[in-house]
Amino acid sequence: MDRELILALSGVTCRYSGAPRDSLQGVSLEVRAGEFHAVLGPNGSGKTTLVRAALGLVRPAAGRAEIVGRPASAWSRRDLARVVGVLPQREDNLFPQRVRETVLLGRYPHLSLLGGVRAADRAAVERALVACDAADLADRWLWTLSGGEYQRIRLARALAQEPRLLVLDEPTASLDLRHEMELFELVRALVDGQGLAALMITHHVNLAARFADRVLLLAEGRPAGAGAPGDVLTRETAERVFAWPVSIAPFEGRPQMIPLRLRKKAP
Amino acid sequence: MKYVLLAVAAVATLAAAVLLGPADVPLRDVLGSPIVWQLRLPRAVLAFLVGGALGVSGVALQALVRNPLADPFLLGLSGGAGLGAVAAIALDLPGPWALPLAAFVGAVSAMALVYRLGLMGGAELDPRILLLGGVAVGAFAAAITTAIVSLAEATELRNAFLWLWGGFSGASWTTVLVILVYAPLPLAVLAAAARPLDLLALGEEPAQYLGADVRRLKRLVYLAASLLTAAAVAVAGVIGFVGLIVPHLCRLVWGRLHRALFPTAFLVGGTLLAAADTLARTVVAPRELPVGIVTALLGVPVFAFLLRRWTVS
Repeated sequence: MDRELILALSGVTCRYSGAPRDSLQGVSLEVRAGEFHAVLGPNGSGKTTLVRAALGLVRPAAGRAEIVGRPASAWSRRDLARVVGVLPQREDNLFPQRVRETVLLGRYPHLSLLGGVRAADRAAVERALVACDAADLADRWLWTLSGGEYQRIRLARALAQEPRLLVLDEPTASLDLRHEMELFELVRALVDGQGLAALMITHHVNLAARFADRVLLLAEGRPAGAGAPGDVLTRETAERVFAWPVSIAPFEGRPQMIPLRLRKKAP
Repeated sequence: MKYVLLAVAAVATLAAAVLLGPADVPLRDVLGSPIVWQLRLPRAVLAFLVGGALGVSGVALQALVRNPLADPFLLGLSGGAGLGAVAAIALDLPGPWALPLAAFVGAVSAMALVYRLGLMGGAELDPRILLLGGVAVGAFAAAITTAIVSLAEATELRNAFLWLWGGFSGASWTTVLVILVYAPLPLAVLAAAARPLDLLALGEEPAQYLGADVRRLKRLVYLAASLLTAAAVAVAGVIGFVGLIVPHLCRLVWGRLHRALFPTAFLVGGTLLAAADTLARTVVAPRELPVGIVTALLGVPVFAFLLRRWTVS
């Protein structure tokens, strides 16, 4: 059975005004329902630009970005927020608020202009909290949460949007090992259990290789490899993209990358 | 319960505004007294409407520039309005509406100029440039205003100076009617923006991912809040601190969601300004103080308290 195509990029090229080179050049990507995609690459390789182009915040100079068969820039923000839930890298908390209130923000694209919050919206919020194993946090103030709990709440907010695609921009940056693993396990479970499509930008090559169905490797805005982790993460490609000597070892059928120490030559 | 208390406070303040004053109106004559019907009641209602408009405008602009210390007058409007009003006084323009109209034109011109500055970076309104541009435009207008005042005659000067500190002595049912016809449109625009403004507190990019059309939102909110402030300043002069303090008080009690903040800021702002105006015309009766002096004398201590709270937490 062919799964539904949610996000399709073909030959997308982007350049910010005044920038000396393209931020993205000829990048293609197809994300289907029930697939977990990881986007890898060094700093400045165009990962966040890829997300912005995919979600219509940056208009490609060439190529096409489509969401459920419609150009990304043709969606209204409100309609798009019912299809795609995003965890951006940064956001502010100007005023103190509670966890349940924060997750309720995810229902805003579903609320009518004058109507109130309905029982169905509250139910969606509770479902999202349960799915992220965060039901017991619902009445806490946001600023009392640990980094890992905070990311789970932001994921719950995105789930409350009831999206078909989740986009996560470095969600595990600054999380410790346990919380990092919990988040990857959670995204994998949502993809398998609810048939969501997921696109995660991350620096964790090894976790991406173990959890994702497909990886896209970017280098200076160009695709350096795309496909199953075992096909993309070869020693030659990884060394070229990350500009560091590595060794690749298989673990549970997935490639794991081990960066090598520099050997000083004996005098 | 909080809402009941607020409603009681609003009604009590309006009643006090009608009952108190230099002329002694016996309680049983209140309903028939021309002093009450022609002077005190329209004045109290106008003060309430202007206070409400400033409160709502303050909530909206603080959310827009994402800075809780913003004030509607920080965006250059007071400078523009003052320049317009002082020019009208210096040129001795005739008619009862010359001064408010000139002040309104001045405020709207300043607003347009700041808006244009805010768009300098491209199609996106930049809140930081709005703030800085507002301060700059306000300072420039204030300089010209002072130049005009320094060349004016003594009585003109006194009038202009008093106008700059705000007051409701010219209030009439006609002014009330003008505000009642004018204010609903910007208020409706802001009410419709309540939920997107909740999202904007997260930042512009996160707000877009949650469905807010941020570019349009920023423009609409800036224009609506500024037009509301411009009308307030045109009929009542420059009344500081209401638009700064009221949003904070409301956030303390009602939280951060704009669906609750807008109506409560209207009622709290209205109540506070009606009370301040009653004080302004009774404490030194039969003369009266500019109401802006009363709001500043009350507002600065409250503001200091809020700042302390802010830095402690």
